[in-house]
Amino acid sequence: MENRLEYDYSVAKLFTYATLVFGVVGMLIGVIIAFQMAYPSLNYLAGEYGTFGRLRVLHTSGVIFGFTLSGIFATWYYIGQRVLKVSLRESKFLMGLAKFHFWVYIVLMTLAVVTLFMGISTSKEYAELEWPLDILVVVMWVSWGLGMFGLIGLRREKQLYISIWYFIASFLGVSMLFLFNNMAVPTALVSGVGDWYHSVSMYAGTNDALVQWWFAHNAVAFLFTVPIVAMAYYFVPKESGQPVYSYKLSLLSFWGLMFVYLWAGGHHLIYSTVPDWMQTMGSLFSVVLIIPSWGSAINILLTMKGEWQQVASNPIVKFMILASTFYMFSTLEGPIQSIKSVNALAHFTDWIPGHVHDGTLGWVGFMIMGALFHMTPRMFKRELYSKKMMENQFWIQTLGVVLYFSSMWIAGITQGMMWRAADEFGSLQYSFIDTVTHLFPYYLIRAVGGTLYLIGFFMFAYNIYKTMTSNKAVEPASMPNHTPMGA
Amino acid sequence: MFSWLERNPFFFAVGVFIVISFAGLIEILPSFTQASRPVVGTKPYTVLELAGRHAYIKESCNACHSQLIRPFKSETDRYGEYSLSGEYAYDRPFLWGSKRTGPDLLRVGNYRTTDWHEAHMYEPEAVVKGSIMPSYKPMFTNLANVETAYAEAYTVMKVFNVPYNQEVPMRDGTKVVVPLALTWEEASKEALEEAKLIAADMKDEHVKALVDSGQIPEIVALIAYLNSLK
Repeated sequence: MENRLEYDYSVAKLFTYATLVFGVVGMLIGVIIAFQMAYPSLNYLAGEYGTFGRLRVLHTSGVIFGFTLSGIFATWYYIGQRVLKVSLRESKFLMGLAKFHFWVYIVLMTLAVVTLFMGISTSKEYAELEWPLDILVVVMWVSWGLGMFGLIGLRREKQLYISIWYFIASFLGVSMLFLFNNMAVPTALVSGVGDWYHSVSMYAGTNDALVQWWFAHNAVAFLFTVPIVAMAYYFVPKESGQPVYSYKLSLLSFWGLMFVYLWAGGHHLIYSTVPDWMQTMGSLFSVVLIIPSWGSAINILLTMKGEWQQVASNPIVKFMILASTFYMFSTLEGPIQSIKSVNALAHFTDWIPGHVHDGTLGWVGFMIMGALFHMTPRMFKRELYSKKMMENQFWIQTLGVVLYFSSMWIAGITQGMMWRAADEFGSLQYSFIDTVTHLFPYYLIRAVGGTLYLIGFFMFAYNIYKTMTSNKAVEPASMPNHTPMGA
Repeated sequence: MFSWLERNPFFFAVGVFIVISFAGLIEILPSFTQASRPVVGTKPYTVLELAGRHAYIKESCNACHSQLIRPFKSETDRYGEYSLSGEYAYDRPFLWGSKRTGPDLLRVGNYRTTDWHEAHMYEPEAVVKGSIMPSYKPMFTNLANVETAYAEAYTVMKVFNVPYNQEVPMRDGTKVVVPLALTWEEASKEALEEAKLIAADMKDEHVKALVDSGQIPEIVALIAYLNSLK
């Protein structure tokens, strides 16, 4: 054991704390705005800063760029060293860069929260930050990428493991999308008056919409899919002790996903004013996308082949297997919504946030929590605090997700049907407000589902916290590390 | 080949980049060769309207209201003519939205008045029973950022050749000119004149007093913007 590498988890730990904090904050805001839709008087808890409009962007940014992204970085700083067989300690430069990356990220997120509360926004979904913060995003992102390629450059394991493919793709994909979508002209530079941080989009109208949804759809690809698949490919084999089911399937699904995903953004613009052929391409490629998505999911699920009893006995495996199942579910639902005739009904309704949340709560959330459950005992050399609590958390959150998406299915389809309903004379049957008040019970069920998920997340955070601070140290050698990947 | 790529991270990254760029090159670039051209009847926003548009964005109205009418009878019956690409030629950013918690607003200027908006923004539930929209009372006292709106109008005129101070064709065959002063001092006076016309149709005494004293509350700019949506 003397030549065993000592990995440095200090940055992975920092990002783990960030994952917990942003998870609590982002999901709490989500629950508040869910209740606001059922009980509008909750809009006035914090004056003009507490309305649905202001909080929604804080919720989406908080869970995407706070919780999910911290989770991605935490797992990268854990997985990266281990599969490349190189410790961050071996390079002072890379270690410093990793720390710099973390602190820039924290400064950025703090400024983002403040400016979004103030209502400073470009309005573009998931790209709301104004140009000075966009520059900070670039600095943060490049410091991650530089560190990634630096570590890859020093690696001892010459063949890049599947997870690394996905991390590289995530870095490149987001870089490309972010740069193009945020192209803007600072107005104070041209005119000499007005707020210095204000800018105007380089693209107008339909073109702007096209670029925005190419971005937003693929931000989902490269933040909610690609790096989460990277986690699945590492943690499922590690936790279960099983080798990945098929190398060929992982090849097919990786390159397939890379090629197909980017075309599918057009499905957000069906029946809009973008050219018809782009809408059709968006629709078509969304359906084709089932192949690489299910390829990954099946590959991960079949990794459990012959060892399915672990799903019952090991709660971490349970989290990850349910996550992969939700991935299959969500990647089937998305293509269905992209079919033109279905989209005509579903677009603009609650079915869309419903779809987003079975992906994010079920797949992204469960996989990140499963990963942190696996990592924390190994990073802190402590035994996991309570398996019982994990079990309870699992069922509370699963119930929450089910309530969430089933209520939003009903709400969305009801809403879509009511908008188009015609009476015997062919006139519209319902005024708009009828379609709103009708949804009250579903909004309430959704908010309850969200609350259950949040309660589960508090249990998760508590469990992780107690694990970190437990005084029962364990020897790392006693933890199962029996995969072919070793270490 | 794949096994070789996996041992050569640089070429691996290049490979990934080529594969993911495809869609953008084929789907997005061609649409830029033909710039978004305005249809007849589309004119640039005035400075006051832009200030209102900024207030709209500040409160994320687009989180709940779309500005895109799809070509279905149920939509054209409810909201008016379906959207045409050129109508958005001066929309930077576009505000189509992705969720209709409230109704579409693309042509709200055709069927709602200043008076209606004033009452509705102050207390939506009082105008539309059962509405879940929050009230926006702070907009009646917060001042609109007209200076930044002017900065934006000036920028799009200089950088993107938006036709301020030029004749633009209207649907009834007439031509209109949307003026844009070349200095902020001049522009602020014009914006105030426009604000006075809106305030004249409003009831709130405080808002009227503010406009009389030369200040423009957000609500006035917002209503100017909503009225321009036709």
